[in-house]
Amino acid sequence: MKIAIINYGMCNLSSVRRAFEDLGAKVFVADHPTSLYEANRIILPGVGAFSEGMTRLVEDGWVDALHDLVILQQKPLLGICLGMQMLATSGEEGGVTKGLNLIPGKVMRLDQLGCDLRIPHVGWNEVHYLSQDDLFTFIPDSSDFYFVHSYAFVPDSQENIIATATYGTNITAVVRNNHIFGCQFHPEKSSKAGRQLLKNFMNFMPC
Amino acid sequence: MLKVRVIPTLLWKDFGLVKGVGFDSWRRVGPVLPAVKVYNARDVDELILVDITASQTGDAPDHISVSDFSEECAIPFTVGGGVKNLEQMLLLLHAGADKIAINSVAYSDPALIDAAAARFGSQCIVASIDARKLDNGNYGCFSHSASINIGKDVVNWAKELADRGAGEILLTSIDRDGTMMGYDLALVESVTRAVDVPVIASGGAGNYQHMIDVVEKAGASAVAAASIFHFTEQTPAGAKLAMQAAGIQVRRNYIGNIQ
Repeated sequence: MKIAIINYGMCNLSSVRRAFEDLGAKVFVADHPTSLYEANRIILPGVGAFSEGMTRLVEDGWVDALHDLVILQQKPLLGICLGMQMLATSGEEGGVTKGLNLIPGKVMRLDQLGCDLRIPHVGWNEVHYLSQDDLFTFIPDSSDFYFVHSYAFVPDSQENIIATATYGTNITAVVRNNHIFGCQFHPEKSSKAGRQLLKNFMNFMPC
Repeated sequence: MLKVRVIPTLLWKDFGLVKGVGFDSWRRVGPVLPAVKVYNARDVDELILVDITASQTGDAPDHISVSDFSEECAIPFTVGGGVKNLEQMLLLLHAGADKIAINSVAYSDPALIDAAAARFGSQCIVASIDARKLDNGNYGCFSHSASINIGKDVVNWAKELADRGAGEILLTSIDRDGTMMGYDLALVESVTRAVDVPVIASGGAGNYQHMIDVVEKAGASAVAAASIFHFTEQTPAGAKLAMQAAGIQVRRNYIGNIQ
């Protein structure tokens, strides 16, 4: 089992790397798309704006490698925060931008989704499961995870939403399309519940 | 539902952890790294680390120490003190900081907030304001560890910071800092009413009721505190229990073993 963390220059990867090391995983930071081919699991982390993130993924050749590995070779992928949002078809942050389109849907600002509370949504919030999923094994429903974001993912199909959080409105907390997962919160910063979720992703076996 | 956060603040100066009163007369309270480890082991909601040396001397923030701290932190942490430009912010983020607190430099270079929010996202920009009650009864902004009166009104400045893209406001009362007499509720409320971003109240917590009051009466989204945790038997976990008993939603820590 080898886990690759995509380094496209958008965030601190050390906490994600550290979280997997704590779990005893073999983990490496992939600085170039070619190194992704060594991995059995791929993490797309991210902090920052959607348009900037996609520009880097496109310009540095990550998009083709992800298509190859995730679509053709069916390697499990977990997107975190911006990395989860970029799984969508398009995003509106920093101008309407095309996403990876691995889970059809769009990313919109929280206030456009009916949230009238303080934005960004920062802090620990309960994550409610819509279905029992491999990713949630051992973690009680409604556990608290750490969120920090101003935009949220709205998948075209409700079936891709496997957990939500409430912040003025219902927010997509976790998405899944087969072997492709994404979480809006930061498991690497969510203490033990987050560690367990990452462990579950390591243990996930695609059929 | 989003939970109210209890955030220990750690101030470090020349390798040691310190705590003062009114931003002055610093007392040594021990080394930094073990404190970070203890708070991580106790699974606190979040940590704020401020490099007082960089703030006072104008040195660049010590990102190498931050990197050591982040290795011990499975929880979110904000780093501040002496941050002056995007390059320093990038170094701190790469060192593992989740959020950067910007204070003094925002007065001379307010556009840095816009640039930082555009580059790193609003969610990792915490605008820090150190405020003191003036003789005329208004609250004024002070920079460089409370040494310089900027001549700006706190509420207007908080609004401007939020408009420029700050994702949170860390609001510290210089008058109450280290006194353990309670948060300055009027100060906090004036800012929570004026801005739409979350406000972290800081300065003055001496007991759990003070924390309950600043949330219930002044609308704080999070409570930061230092002396109460350094110098009394009270703990972040105790604070959360007291807040919960008062009807405030706090995070429930996950206690299972990772399997």
